[in-house]
Amino acid sequence: MLQPRIIPCLLVHNKGLVKTTKFKDPKYVGDPINAVKIFNEKEVDELMVVDIDATVKGLEPNYFLIESLALECRMPLCYGGGIKTAEQAQRIFRLGVEKIAMSSAVVQNPHIVGEVASRVGNQSVVVVMDVRKKFLSNNYEIYTHNGKKATGLDAVKFAVQMEASGAGELVLNDIENDGMMKGFDLSLIDKVRASVSIPMTVMGGAGSIEDLGKVIEKYGIIGVAAGSFFVFKGKFRAVLINYPTPQEKLTFLNSYFMPNWESKQTN
Amino acid sequence: MMTIIDYGLGNIKALVNVYNRLNIDIQVATSSTQVISATKIILPGVGSFDFAMNQLNKSGMRDALEKRVLVDHIPVVGICVGMQMLAEDSEEGVEKGLGWIKGSVRKFDESLIPFKTRLPHMGWNTIKPRSGVKLFDRIEQDSRFYFLHSYYFENQDPGELICTTEYGITYASAVNRANVYGIQFHPEKSHFNGVRLLHDFANL
Repeated sequence: MLQPRIIPCLLVHNKGLVKTTKFKDPKYVGDPINAVKIFNEKEVDELMVVDIDATVKGLEPNYFLIESLALECRMPLCYGGGIKTAEQAQRIFRLGVEKIAMSSAVVQNPHIVGEVASRVGNQSVVVVMDVRKKFLSNNYEIYTHNGKKATGLDAVKFAVQMEASGAGELVLNDIENDGMMKGFDLSLIDKVRASVSIPMTVMGGAGSIEDLGKVIEKYGIIGVAAGSFFVFKGKFRAVLINYPTPQEKLTFLNSYFMPNWESKQTN
Repeated sequence: MMTIIDYGLGNIKALVNVYNRLNIDIQVATSSTQVISATKIILPGVGSFDFAMNQLNKSGMRDALEKRVLVDHIPVVGICVGMQMLAEDSEEGVEKGLGWIKGSVRKFDESLIPFKTRLPHMGWNTIKPRSGVKLFDRIEQDSRFYFLHSYYFENQDPGELICTTEYGITYASAVNRANVYGIQFHPEKSHFNGVRLLHDFANL
């Protein structure tokens, strides 16, 4: 039976791994390759690695780092950061990466989605939507450059446009909930999930296994991603890489996923 | 030597990484000379059926591949679209498949899938291998593997069905006829189960 995906998301900054809060105050949490090795041993469903320097500093993706990450991964790997052209995407794909995530490049030139998809397949093109709720409104706006640049684009309309352009997956990243560990904004997920049917991963706010559970209980097959939750332990945010063991994951799925979705699958 | 057919498609690097870690010699073949020297063959694949068949037909390796597989009977495994290429044809396109295993490739019936995202079938799903199949000797029932596809192989002979998975329907997640194997999931991206399977393919 198909299962929802639980995905650690790692941020690379100044060659180290960091975790941000509301996209700010990067706290050093370790070495990227070492973290990937640990997550590998923990048999994570998928891993997402985002270089948060590349776009803001106008750098090329760090191909050496990407190749080293891919070499370690025995699970699907999604890389994002600094990808602007189909050539760069294809080069990264050849290093052994399954999914290529883009954000600012897509806002500047929506056609890039189709161009990349025609070379590596739709399923490998992930569009990251960094969003923030508009002031005095129930709508959400797309941001780029680590949450610093407002684009004026409406999140729902953008999601629909990305699906039509050939994106294979959307990652919905909630800026105000980043690092807060107080749960996901389900009204945001509701809006976007209702408007598109391509695979989706949500991120921003996970602080407990129950937070992940609430999303899975409601949406069934969806990706739930987290940063802080998988790298910090305790209220003092001590760095400790963690992830549910296969047995814990099964227990988790048995309480949040199977009761709601198993019967629907076997009808 | 273990040989991966490189006709421009599939995550070849990931397969090479697994075999390097296992200390099993492997070559990535781009010419028929290399294919002729193969003792085991992996046919990877992603993307659309027609594109994959056209790329393989253009690669200059198809004749050598058919000689090694159909005349010399060395073990071959098609992965993902590589499995679908073993079929006679596909609903996804108009090109003929390799036809090494009887059957056709069909699209999943979306009306049977209860999720908002129906296709592609993407993520970790469980498999039920048939007992007594050497390739799956060390793989337990309901082991998890990573899948990514929208079409599946509807093979003709039930005796050639060696593993099933559920997604709306129960379908063939692996097939086998003599020395020819096809697996729909991605062992190179399926942690220890995948490594075990790739290791055991090398020892067939």
